[in-house]
Amino acid sequence: MSNILEVNNVVKQYGNYTALNNVSLAVPSGSIYGLLGPNGAGKTTLIRIINQITMPDSGQVLLDGEVLKPDHIQYIGYLPEERGLYKTMKVGEQCLYLAQLKGLSHQEAKKQLKYWFEKFGIEDWWNKKIQELSKGMAQKIQFVVTVLHKPKLLILDEPFSGFDPVNANLIKDEIIELNKQGTSVIFSTHRMESVEEMCNYIALIHKSNKLIEGKLNDVKQQYRTNTFQIGVLTNDIEGLMYQLTQKFSVEQTIFKSLNDDIKLEVKIGNHTSNELLSILTSFGQVTHFVEKIPSVNDIFIQAVSK
Amino acid sequence: MNKLFLIIKREFIAKVRNKSFIVMTFLSPLLFVGIAALVGFLSTMNKDKATEIAIHDEGGFIKTNFKNNKDFHYSDISTMPFGIAKDSAARNYEGLLYIPKVDSLQLIKDKVEYISENSASINFIGHVEKIVDSVLTSNQLRILGLDEKKIEEAKVDSTLKLSKFSGEESLKGLNEIKIAIGGLMGYLIMMFIIIYGNFVMRSVIEEKTNRIIEIIISSVKPFQLMMGKIIGNSLAGILQFLIWIIVGLLLAFVAQTFFGLQLNSSASLSPEMMAAAGQSEGMLKFQSYWTELMNLPLTLMLVSFILYFIGGYFLYSSLYAAIGAAVDSETDSQQFLLPIIMPLILGVYIGFFTVINDPHGTVATVFSIIPFTSPIVMLMRIPFGVPWWQLVLSLVILFGTFTFVVWFAAKIYRVGILMYGKKPTWKELFKWLKY
Repeated sequence: MSNILEVNNVVKQYGNYTALNNVSLAVPSGSIYGLLGPNGAGKTTLIRIINQITMPDSGQVLLDGEVLKPDHIQYIGYLPEERGLYKTMKVGEQCLYLAQLKGLSHQEAKKQLKYWFEKFGIEDWWNKKIQELSKGMAQKIQFVVTVLHKPKLLILDEPFSGFDPVNANLIKDEIIELNKQGTSVIFSTHRMESVEEMCNYIALIHKSNKLIEGKLNDVKQQYRTNTFQIGVLTNDIEGLMYQLTQKFSVEQTIFKSLNDDIKLEVKIGNHTSNELLSILTSFGQVTHFVEKIPSVNDIFIQAVSK
Repeated sequence: MNKLFLIIKREFIAKVRNKSFIVMTFLSPLLFVGIAALVGFLSTMNKDKATEIAIHDEGGFIKTNFKNNKDFHYSDISTMPFGIAKDSAARNYEGLLYIPKVDSLQLIKDKVEYISENSASINFIGHVEKIVDSVLTSNQLRILGLDEKKIEEAKVDSTLKLSKFSGEESLKGLNEIKIAIGGLMGYLIMMFIIIYGNFVMRSVIEEKTNRIIEIIISSVKPFQLMMGKIIGNSLAGILQFLIWIIVGLLLAFVAQTFFGLQLNSSASLSPEMMAAAGQSEGMLKFQSYWTELMNLPLTLMLVSFILYFIGGYFLYSSLYAAIGAAVDSETDSQQFLLPIIMPLILGVYIGFFTVINDPHGTVATVFSIIPFTSPIVMLMRIPFGVPWWQLVLSLVILFGTFTFVVWFAAKIYRVGILMYGKKPTWKELFKWLKY
């Protein structure tokens, strides 16, 4: 699979402060790519470099295999975190203006706007001024403006902030829909559950350096601890514990269960899960046996606090 | 290029549709006329009331020379003893003019005294001194046995004829016209820069506070956005000026039609032929001024006005744009605005004080070449004739500086528009240049 975007050894310094330290990324075509990192990690700087708002001090960025050039703006749709619209300008005019700035012709822009306004059922907003709309409504307009010119690459920085759950879902579905049609998405957010739900690739930037990058499943594989949560109904707790602690490290834990069982977290290390299971079955009824998969949240915290 | 055009269009429409723009366009000429009328009215009201002045002339030689006019009314209270006259004057009059009794009229020279509560106006002092002078002078002439009439006849009033080496003749009064035209052009440029520079700055700040800026500069270059803003706003300003000029010309035309008719009828009906003669003499003078005006290098003036207007406006408004980008709100902009406004005001002052006295002196020449004051000072000098090399040098420096400043401003603009919540210092601004 080819990469829609490649970032090669990008360095960016502001005075003495290094915002990006030799960062390289590869965003595969057709992926939803989660760009994660704590506040001030350098995500926004990276996104701005991709959007040619700022220039890197060294390194290069390739879009679809070509070194970034001014023409590429029309292939990128960018929804910045700090976003707004002209308050006193009418919605329709404003959308037309922004679409034309992206390189659409007046007619094409109008056609696309009509499509999206109908899709979202907001045709009657056309002649309203932004200041008459609520924040959520304005956010919807911003989303429309971002995707209007059918970009190959969508860059969304905290796209769900300001939306109520219903509209957040609506936007999420639109993003997934666009992705299915072939749009690659870079998705920067602090809402880990959305990453978990939508992204198939992630990268984590921390203190100007890239810490992690890869397929979400691969990253999880890398961060798996081979820990199993188990529940057993047994009368011989001491025997069980004795047997388990011989081979594994064991801790008491809590999870929801309908049974009055003993709940443990077992790290199996180099042993197989079957070895653990056979011990358990020899002591009683196994009610719970799940590998503890690291969540994106866990990975984030673990990587950052290292 | 297409995008630049889009930005210019948006800025222009946003500005022109703005209610304050519409109100300003149509209200300010009214306001201007209103203020002129008010000033006129107030000055006539001031003149309505003459100042009441008492005269105590002990000798009685001079008092008859003080005649009532529309500014001053004189009352003779010489019959009262001085002490009582003083009290009376303090109560009933603005002041008391005291002329003591002397043996010889000539001794009065430094003895005349004016006693009042409020200090006398310069106007009045001059008036009194002139009367005393003339009484004493004619007395002197009489003593010396000279015929006053003959002396008056012998007086000559010469006129210095002015012309240039190129052979053109010019009127002395023309200097006033030159000053007026040059001053008007320089002042116009200053006002335009301050007003529309501020609009540019506000528009930049608006985009920052709206948080739309990042969306826009992901589509266009910050430089394009800045230039689009500057050009769009200036076009709105030029439109405003055009409307004013057209309305002004229309009004002038209407006034002339009516006024012209009135002038004719009053001339034929008026019994005072003197007044009519005076008017036609005035017309003649006006006509000669007009021909002289036409002799001025009008094409050069117009072309250089346009060039200096463009150069000066771009130079300053790009600075305004940079300031707008560097700050978060208009209140924060003050510390950066002062260094911008100072050279503008300096230019106007130099123009009005130095150019008028000596249009080709060192100060005027130097400041008409320094780019931050040249749009104002040079325009004031041009009607007086400026050597070509100075004009070219000044324009080259202006446009060179303009290019540099636009580049410099664009750098600050590029960094500044994405900086929030910081009130930058001058030091930081210079650091941004390296980003």
